[in-house]
Amino acid sequence: MEFLAAFSEQTFFRYALIAGLLASVGCGVVGTYVVVRNIGYLAGGIAHAVLGGMGIAYFLGRPPLGGAIITALLAALLIGWVSLRWKQTEDSLIGALWAVGMAVGIVFISRTPGYNADLMSYLFGNILLVSRSDLILMGVLDLLILACVGLFYKQFQAVTFDEEFARLRGVHAEIYYLLLLCLVALTVVLLIRVVGLILVIALLTLPAAIARQYYGTLLRIMGLAIIVGGLQTITGLAISYEQDLPSGATIILVSGVTFFLSTIGTKFWREMTAQHRKH
Amino acid sequence: MVLRDIDLEVKEGEFLGLVGPNAGGKSTLLKIILGLLRPTSGHVTLFGKPPRTGRVKVGYCPQYTQFSRNYPITVEEVVLLGRLGRTRILGGYTRHDHEVAHLSMESTEVLSIKRENISDLSGGQLQRVLIARALACEPEVLILDEPTANIDQRVEVDIFELLKKFNQRMTIIVVSHDIGFISEYVTRVACLNRTLVCHETSELTGDSIEKLYGAHVSMIEHTH
Repeated sequence: MEFLAAFSEQTFFRYALIAGLLASVGCGVVGTYVVVRNIGYLAGGIAHAVLGGMGIAYFLGRPPLGGAIITALLAALLIGWVSLRWKQTEDSLIGALWAVGMAVGIVFISRTPGYNADLMSYLFGNILLVSRSDLILMGVLDLLILACVGLFYKQFQAVTFDEEFARLRGVHAEIYYLLLLCLVALTVVLLIRVVGLILVIALLTLPAAIARQYYGTLLRIMGLAIIVGGLQTITGLAISYEQDLPSGATIILVSGVTFFLSTIGTKFWREMTAQHRKH
Repeated sequence: MVLRDIDLEVKEGEFLGLVGPNAGGKSTLLKIILGLLRPTSGHVTLFGKPPRTGRVKVGYCPQYTQFSRNYPITVEEVVLLGRLGRTRILGGYTRHDHEVAHLSMESTEVLSIKRENISDLSGGQLQRVLIARALACEPEVLILDEPTANIDQRVEVDIFELLKKFNQRMTIIVVSHDIGFISEYVTRVACLNRTLVCHETSELTGDSIEKLYGAHVSMIEHTH
């Protein structure tokens, strides 16, 4: 068990595990809304547009994660505004923001003098590079997400379940929708270190989608999604360490395989019990 | 122009049936009353105020095709949503909210299924849950859009009996395409087919129905 030995001996490995668990918290909570509201595509758009901001921050010699937070929030507001204002052409507009954001990022990074090794780690994640300050940032983002969801739980539920009724009860649906997308943006930033922007969407949706198969209320889905996400990152990390594979991609593969197995398993189980009832 | 020449005043304690053919503008009129749509001309007041502020006192029960039944939410949670606008903004629901929700569920007879998920309910059960949610708003007026569409006749009677009971303490406006059925319950019928004509229930005749639907309708005299 090289993995366990590494855990007890090496700081970077302990940091990696903590990072995985911190990411699972944000993922589980915000991912649940993404799944029940079917806004995976929007979340994908936000995630990819973030590269633009990171590229610009990189070019200006600023910390890329700071650039990521600012662009993620801007992208969330822009995409949210587009989706509220131009519902009919939402799809293509988000697609455009998605691609343009990435292109801007790549252009700025290519113009930055010096060594660009970090680019790959932002695109695909390298959880083993997590520093102490990254962990603190992740912890703060988690607290922010939990505080928002805790304070506005009723409104988020109302808006994602029955927007018209929420509006009638005086809830400013657009504002909460945009706030929710901002939380998606913060979660994306939270996940960049762990799996990278390109793979973010998997960890943002798969744990919640798996939890959705077992539970029928938001709070329970969130709880289970956090646990599932945590287990997936730890397992992925262990496999990537033992087999010397890239960590982000391995975590996503573990996540994908468990989703696949869970989907087949629950479907099979449902058919079995349905047959059982018939006899 | 979908609607024109609409002049309607609903008095306290009324049980108004809003009827008319499909695409006659019933839902549009409701949306205007509730301030979800703005009329191109004319105005609406709720309790003497514009709809956006007056509607807090209105309990609205939409057609249940409005939202996804796959959404993970229990009966109790749906009913509690009716407390929005009446409860605090930050944090969870108060003890008082839970009490009101409890009473609402009791009066529509859904208390025994309060922990069930809405995806597991029958059409009639879901309709009762939506009425309970509207009651949780502590409304002075209850507005229901086709509360008995897609549910069977026997349940339809149950729901209208329930509404009759609520009418003793609140004003009710119910939208329906089934004029023959609701005329047994409502005190006044407003017929909407782009424009609006009102009748006291007692003066409904085959002639007025025919004028409304613009085609021949056979009317069967029946007493139960």
